[in-house]
Amino acid sequence: MPEHQTGRVKGVNGNLVTVEFDTAVMQNEVAYVKVGDMRLKGEVIRVRGNRADLQIYESTAGLKVNDEVEFVNELLSVALGPGLLTKVYDGLQNPLKLLAEKAGFFLKRGLYLDALDMDSIWDFTPIAKPGDKVRAGDYLGSVPEGIFTHYIMAPFSLKGTWEVIFVVPAAKYNLKTPIARLRNADGDEQDVTMVQYWPVKLPIPCYKDKLLPDRTMITQQRTIDTFFPVAVGGTFCTPGPFGAGKTVLQHSISRYAETDIVVIAACGERAGEVVEILCEYPELQDPRTGKTLMDRSVIICNTSSMPVAAREASVYTAVTIAEYYRQQGLNTLLLADSTSRWAQALREMSGRLEEIPGEEAFPAYLESQIAAFYERAGLVELNNGRTGSVTIGGSVSPAGGNFEEPVTQATLKVVGAFLGLSRERSDARRFPSIHPLDSWSHYTSVVPESEIKFARSILRRGQEVNQMMKVVGEEGTTTDDFVIYLKSEFLDFVYLQQNTFDAVDAASSVERQKYCFSKVIQVLETMFTFEDKDQARRFFQELQLNFIDWNYMPFESEKFNSQERVIDAKIQERKANA
Amino acid sequence: MRKVYHKIIQIAGNVITVEADNVGYNDLAEVTSTRGTSLAQVIRLLDNKVFLQVFNGTRGINTGDEVRFLGHPMRVSSSDALLGRIFNGAGIPRDGRPEIHDDLVEIGGPSVNPAKRVVPRKMIRTGIPMIDVFNTLVESQKLPIFSIAGEPYNDLLARIAMQAEVDIIVLGGMGLKYDDYLKFRNTLDEHGALPRSVMFVHTASDPIVECLLVPDMSLAVAEQYALEGKRVLVLLTDMTNFADALKEIAITMEQVPSNRGYPGDLYSQLASRYEKAVDFDGAGSITILAVTTMPGDDVTHPIPDNTGYITEGQFYLRGGRIEPFGSLSRLKQNVNGKTRKDHRTVMDSMIRFYADYKETLEKQSMGFQMSKWDEKLLKFGKLFEKNMMDLSMNIQLEDALDLGWKILADCFDRTETGIKTELLNEFWPVKES
Repeated sequence: MPEHQTGRVKGVNGNLVTVEFDTAVMQNEVAYVKVGDMRLKGEVIRVRGNRADLQIYESTAGLKVNDEVEFVNELLSVALGPGLLTKVYDGLQNPLKLLAEKAGFFLKRGLYLDALDMDSIWDFTPIAKPGDKVRAGDYLGSVPEGIFTHYIMAPFSLKGTWEVIFVVPAAKYNLKTPIARLRNADGDEQDVTMVQYWPVKLPIPCYKDKLLPDRTMITQQRTIDTFFPVAVGGTFCTPGPFGAGKTVLQHSISRYAETDIVVIAACGERAGEVVEILCEYPELQDPRTGKTLMDRSVIICNTSSMPVAAREASVYTAVTIAEYYRQQGLNTLLLADSTSRWAQALREMSGRLEEIPGEEAFPAYLESQIAAFYERAGLVELNNGRTGSVTIGGSVSPAGGNFEEPVTQATLKVVGAFLGLSRERSDARRFPSIHPLDSWSHYTSVVPESEIKFARSILRRGQEVNQMMKVVGEEGTTTDDFVIYLKSEFLDFVYLQQNTFDAVDAASSVERQKYCFSKVIQVLETMFTFEDKDQARRFFQELQLNFIDWNYMPFESEKFNSQERVIDAKIQERKANA
Repeated sequence: MRKVYHKIIQIAGNVITVEADNVGYNDLAEVTSTRGTSLAQVIRLLDNKVFLQVFNGTRGINTGDEVRFLGHPMRVSSSDALLGRIFNGAGIPRDGRPEIHDDLVEIGGPSVNPAKRVVPRKMIRTGIPMIDVFNTLVESQKLPIFSIAGEPYNDLLARIAMQAEVDIIVLGGMGLKYDDYLKFRNTLDEHGALPRSVMFVHTASDPIVECLLVPDMSLAVAEQYALEGKRVLVLLTDMTNFADALKEIAITMEQVPSNRGYPGDLYSQLASRYEKAVDFDGAGSITILAVTTMPGDDVTHPIPDNTGYITEGQFYLRGGRIEPFGSLSRLKQNVNGKTRKDHRTVMDSMIRFYADYKETLEKQSMGFQMSKWDEKLLKFGKLFEKNMMDLSMNIQLEDALDLGWKILADCFDRTETGIKTELLNEFWPVKES
């Protein structure tokens, strides 16, 4: 047992503990404070003279001056290996279900469990042979994990090229058993098990190249895929005031997005939302695989009442796990709800450290931290030629719903798509409340660009007419303008709005989006003749109803096709003669 | 025998500093001065200096006064004897009856493991249509009532306390006017709700630190009852006073303020209280309704803003009515699909028309000509306000839904409602000719 560095508590202020150390400490290393028979985990965040400031990931109640501290000389790391999928962890990768078995209803501080069950048995098949030269991240073998082939990789921390001395034959092994031994040019040898550890705050660097994200990630949300698409390996943010439907939107994306793995980081938000995922995902079927959604998910959950310092760690834990599956050659989607809470955790710590505050008391390094986090997304070509990706979607909870605040602004600088949720739309129950004119995306849509442009111009002009009508009234508006307004409302109601709680309407496939959007465009392009405004309104109300009914019918079903004929007939009814 | 300290080296605001050894963070102490004995809590340790927040305030404390550490954090009794009783923020009886020291539990305990929560699926019926129909209250939900000074928010809380179908009510009053406190007590007493209630009341004239304790005391008690399988409803009024108390203490402690003087951890402080709302897997539940008065009726003020992000929706109380816009129960989807199959449709349609009505009203006030459609909306709006928005109602949800259909049918024809044909066929009232 190696001797650890030790120290003694000299001050306690909330979760900030000042420690006098004896010899040396490392910045960001993990330390444990002993209180009674418990050891509370913490991280060194500042060193001054012979005193180090630690942020403790737990409640510090009961700590006393001169309590013992033990430094472990390692950065905060996560365990990576088969068995991560379907797990629910806290921000420090403690499995919550096991914690519940050990400690009951409440989280017990100082109780840390293995993230992966080290005794679990996996069916290993070797890939590497003795004599092979391997580098960090190269595949040594594989095990089946659910529907995926989970590759066991040479540790990411390896430097240079190593030679494989032996690999165990195909058989079942537990996670503690070395499955290979490697040797480098200097003759150093290293045993490799199926689990490796990686410090969360460092990106996993084992890839050849970062590629331009140019393929659309299908979310089956019409507004997103058609108007504000997200790319595989891209980044997007969903800022919005409370009650605008951020979480509901994120849940829809996590359910219906066409991606291999979903990592959900519930960071400083309500426990209730996580519980919904925990209870529903094991029941819901992923139509692409036939397995439950849980089989492709890892959930990191550090809800708002859980310790603040661990909240800061939780997004890093999540992105590291996402990167690990990227190394498997898979497409992973990381959804962080909400990055504002993470930023607030930074602010709380910064305040305790008495740093000079920046805007709204956020620390000056906020922007660079946010940028560094989103930059961990990307589509990469691995050393073995495969590609893998991490797509990051962060929700932002701006104070007062005002997008001018520092976290939203810092996020907008680094993301590829901005899905701004609006209070006006949510108050009018127009969901998803993504603002169709303020939002933007740099990625490629699933429908032709010209159609989008046309649809957007209708929306813009419709809004102008609406503004004008508020001043001059309906009677002061020409019927032509009024019809444009009705068309923009029509587009909003039948296409932008989508009912998440309806089994059919909740997910709209690409084919369906293309098909229905061209029908919507057809309506927008058609010239109609009306005798007066009431007649026009009436017509669009009826057409709208036809379309909404259509949205609730399964694509290409009997009902769907007959409803289409109803719609076509309806369009003909008032079509102007050319 | 615990050591007694006599040397107070600093007094600032409500915080005193003594030099002492072997003191645990968050532990309690008793400070005895000529004014009497007060509890105090350790809020910071630095070398041999111990910073204590004195519950009764520091006025009249002498540097030579006696400080005795108790070696444990703040605790509250959780026995059944609490029912029908009234305490102050420090847990001392206000009703002149004896103190209770059985089954002490620490306040501000650890957070519930999310894996031991269940998805909230049980509706709490309140008999108020604006809640039951439009923003259904769900067990384990945490909801603020956003309001402004002068609105009848305490009356609404009292009404909910009387009508809500739960086992136990815990009422936490912070900065209550003394009359309001008496009104609460008398109303609950008259309607026979007092025996199922526990009250922790801090009035406006009590020491500010006790205000900070009220939510923790109330929720610790609620948690114990919930663990015994009870369905507990916690009513808090007014959380703005709580947050202002936090601000006062933070500034005294020379913390860097973030927004409008509030401490950077306001969100976490509020969240750790609101998140006590829970539906235990295999035990009872805690539901929280908390009044938050919005300074200057501004929802972007840090207190309502942070609250809104934590809670599962919000009620806006304006002009004596629960505003249909902005008011939202996020958990209603969990229950309103199983009440009656027209529930969601009635709710959505009526709100949509009410929004249109508001727009028409605006147009009308600007002197624009009213179209036929506008006339229909105006009629609808008036009926809706008169029949649905009254907060002194006590009717069952099903009756309220029938009322909704009746109002719709009085104003519109079938197509105009935009409701799915299937539902229209079943619920559209047949007009007697």
